[in-house]
Amino acid sequence: MTKVTPIQKAAAINPLKSSQPLGAALAFLGVEAAMPLFHGSQGCTSFALVLFVRHFKEAIPLQTTAMDEIATILGGADHLEEALLNLKARTNPKLIGVCTTALVETRGEDFDGDLAAIKEKRARELAGTEIVLTHTPDFDGAIEEGWTKAGTALIEGVVAREHPRRVVRERVNILPGWHLTVADLDLLRDTVESFGLEPVIVPDISGALDGTVPDRWIPTTYGGAPVEAIRELGRAAHTIAIGEHMRAPAHRLAEIAQVPFTLFESLSSLASADLFVTLLAQLSGRPVPAKIRRRRSQLEDALLDGHFFFAGKRVAIAAEPDQLYALASFFVGLGAEVAVAVTTTGHSPILAKVPAREVAVGDLGDFEDLAGNAGCDLLLAHSHGRQAAERLGLPLLRVGFPIFDRLGSQHRRTILYEGARDFVFEVANTLQAHQPAHAGEQLHPFKERGEHHDGHSQIAHH
Amino acid sequence: MMKDKVRHLFDEPACATNQAKPSSERRAGCSKPLTPGAAAGGCAFDGAKIALQPVTDVAHLVHGPLACEGNSWDNRGSASSGPMLWRTSFTTDLAELDIVMGEGERKLYRAIREIATRYSPPAIFVYSTCVTALIGDDIEAVCKHATGKYGLPVIPINAPGFVGSKNLGNKLAGDALFERVMGTLEPEDIGPTDINVLGEFNLAGEFWQVKPLFEQLGIRIRASIPGDARYADIAAAHTARVNMVVCSTALVTLARKMRERWGMPFFEGSFYGISDTSDALRSAAALLVEQGGAPHLLDRAEALIVQEEAHAFAQLAPYRARLEGKRVLLNTGGVKSWSVVSALMEIGMEIVGTSVKKSTPEDKERIKALMRDDPHMFETMAPRDLYRMLADGEADIMLSGGRTQFIALKAKVPWLDINQERHHAYAGYDGMVELVRQIDLAIHNPVWAQVHAPAPWDADGNCFSPLPGGVSCPPIPGEASSSPIPMGERSAPEAPGEGAEDPAFAARHRRKFAGTRVDNTDPDFLAHHRKKFTSATGDDMGEC
Repeated sequence: MTKVTPIQKAAAINPLKSSQPLGAALAFLGVEAAMPLFHGSQGCTSFALVLFVRHFKEAIPLQTTAMDEIATILGGADHLEEALLNLKARTNPKLIGVCTTALVETRGEDFDGDLAAIKEKRARELAGTEIVLTHTPDFDGAIEEGWTKAGTALIEGVVAREHPRRVVRERVNILPGWHLTVADLDLLRDTVESFGLEPVIVPDISGALDGTVPDRWIPTTYGGAPVEAIRELGRAAHTIAIGEHMRAPAHRLAEIAQVPFTLFESLSSLASADLFVTLLAQLSGRPVPAKIRRRRSQLEDALLDGHFFFAGKRVAIAAEPDQLYALASFFVGLGAEVAVAVTTTGHSPILAKVPAREVAVGDLGDFEDLAGNAGCDLLLAHSHGRQAAERLGLPLLRVGFPIFDRLGSQHRRTILYEGARDFVFEVANTLQAHQPAHAGEQLHPFKERGEHHDGHSQIAHH
Repeated sequence: MMKDKVRHLFDEPACATNQAKPSSERRAGCSKPLTPGAAAGGCAFDGAKIALQPVTDVAHLVHGPLACEGNSWDNRGSASSGPMLWRTSFTTDLAELDIVMGEGERKLYRAIREIATRYSPPAIFVYSTCVTALIGDDIEAVCKHATGKYGLPVIPINAPGFVGSKNLGNKLAGDALFERVMGTLEPEDIGPTDINVLGEFNLAGEFWQVKPLFEQLGIRIRASIPGDARYADIAAAHTARVNMVVCSTALVTLARKMRERWGMPFFEGSFYGISDTSDALRSAAALLVEQGGAPHLLDRAEALIVQEEAHAFAQLAPYRARLEGKRVLLNTGGVKSWSVVSALMEIGMEIVGTSVKKSTPEDKERIKALMRDDPHMFETMAPRDLYRMLADGEADIMLSGGRTQFIALKAKVPWLDINQERHHAYAGYDGMVELVRQIDLAIHNPVWAQVHAPAPWDADGNCFSPLPGGVSCPPIPGEASSSPIPMGERSAPEAPGEGAEDPAFAARHRRKFAGTRVDNTDPDFLAHHRKKFTSATGDDMGEC
């Protein structure tokens, strides 16, 4: 079991985390015609919005209750009500996802009670719009926790309670972790469909944040999981949850609607992809399509061709828990060593399984210090890791959120046979592009023995 | 003219193989007629280019149509400690009209001018190729004229592809250095312990692993040819006292001629393997003393050898536990294998076969002596046999060059590159330790557990039920919508889905394979495996 160590220091240096409400908002962005709403001051929303825009290069619907001084003192229920009514009137969303922030949570109001009262009082005005609320103070958790809470809130707030349960045999729910990209979701959908099954992905950012150009201005999200589909999640034959942080929503769905689920801690390895495909074959009663079998063989070949570049390499990874686990397992599976593992929050049980000596709960400052001391060959972190990479003179592979200085991060595949294959190549190429030059000093036979070598000085090492 | 030269080059008194032949065959040298449809390996141009390209500060200009240079440039892993001009590719890129109109010589001359003015290299090597030799471009004359005009040596390397094999090209290149470069510069710092190293390519910088050993003894490397050489080093190479020939098949003729002209004795040696490295240091010291060097050099060499061998074996010791009993197949080509064989056996590895294609009779005797029971020596092995041997699990790792790489990988057997494109330096004492470290990394890479796990479905895509390894799939909810599974199912950690990523699981898996070797004793499994291979990747085999 891996030791999880919180770093004890007062000042976070170069933060690794993005805040919890941002994670929740991201989940709501995966619902069609939705509008995430931060219950807090204007800045909470603005900073998250800017970060989203930098990462996705998209217009992002995100609103705020704009808590001011007076509301902060007297209570924010009025601001919440006003915001809901305004959003309904101006954008008519199918769903409003309310994410609380540190400000209002510190003040400590009964938001659930407030919201219930507003819904009752304004039933006529708000008809046709689902409103769910999730408690996501910035002072706790990070993206992963926010995403989990929003996913759970969607299930609790929207899924219909049907008795007896009606099952659509071909239907499979997919509850993806936040770290899956748009391309990953498309790949999941294609894979499930190739077995004749009907996937319902919740949340589904692949429709809203996949970088398309709609032909008109749409103030809400313009794609994603339809609210109606969320309502019917209980009818699926099975639920597939991806990432340990999707256990809670999957579990809640099983409680509410008796849908059995299978949880994949990672889908980025050959073996886990095998299990996923086998599960689909069993759910559908169909053989594995030839194209998928071919992809598996391609991954095998990529593993064979690529493992040379991984063997003996030391990598440093900074990522949220599930992504850290998936990446670390991937590298270790190819003969590399995870010399440094840094994560955002220390609560996830998956951290104990990360194949590293230790997982530090810390920031990019810790990451830089640890990676510098450990002598690494490759860094993996989000774009803010670039300064550490520059200072350490190491290549940085950008993973996670935010990735603001590279285009197309949402179109990289990271899961199943294709994603693992692509990732083998990406890592191998990054390492090849940063090969240390063959240097006489490094190869010098007496280099580490403190011996002074005399001899002639006609030596060629300049 | 060329015919005479070739015959002359092949009649090599310093070559043991050549001298072992009856005199009637001796003049034919090692030139074997190539078999159309069944020939492998490069041409004479390739050989000449390989032998000279690592000279770092020279502009290497290939006179011919694009393919000769365009398809082959920047493909070697030699390292330079300074100038990088050698990696810049220059070719006259002759087009149809150039050839038809006889513009070749003029274009060559213009190319030389452009290079001379833009790069000002200390010298330009001009390589002829099949087409320019065929149309009769007089590169000698062009080079001579350009030399006078631009004030830098422009050296013709006359080794068009059709004259013969890669090996012949090596010899022609050596001859060009001997005839036109060496002896043209008298350095001011001639010393009593200067040596040249011929046939050392400084692949992955590995000459830097041994050069300091010589320096420690006060022996200076006047020129290492061609690896990391500069033109001036080669021009002054005649002032050294002793030559060491590393790749004897390539440049032994050059060494012999240098002995004849400048009275410089030579010895053959290698830097691969611990004992070979020691022998090289010992021989260099001994010959230098013979040439009038201070006798204490011998004692210093022995002291260094004792110290470095002890250091190397101490570093190798920890690998014994991990590698003892592992079976190695050496398919090495140019590397003299006996020394590597002896070092690997030293740490308890078993050699299940070694190629002796380029080994001398002496080497073969040494290998026989080392591998008492059953010296599996082979000249060459057909790809099919190699694949069978590997797929049947007769070796735990193959060390070879890139050409047989994919035979090993497709058979899912660890493989290590020990040829000219490798990234790791394997020379000297440290190099041997690095080689063993790389073998350890390759054999113990968890990727093998991943790729050995068979797909969980049959040839038609029907999933095995239950899954292999006793993994059960979650129950499929039937019509009974009341299926009471509120807690859900999860793929438990012992399932391969997660377990394969757990080092403990990988270790278990490896043990399982090591213990039972399911994959190489079960004929059904093998047959299935081979069938899969032939159908899926038959094309790849065609090349090998």
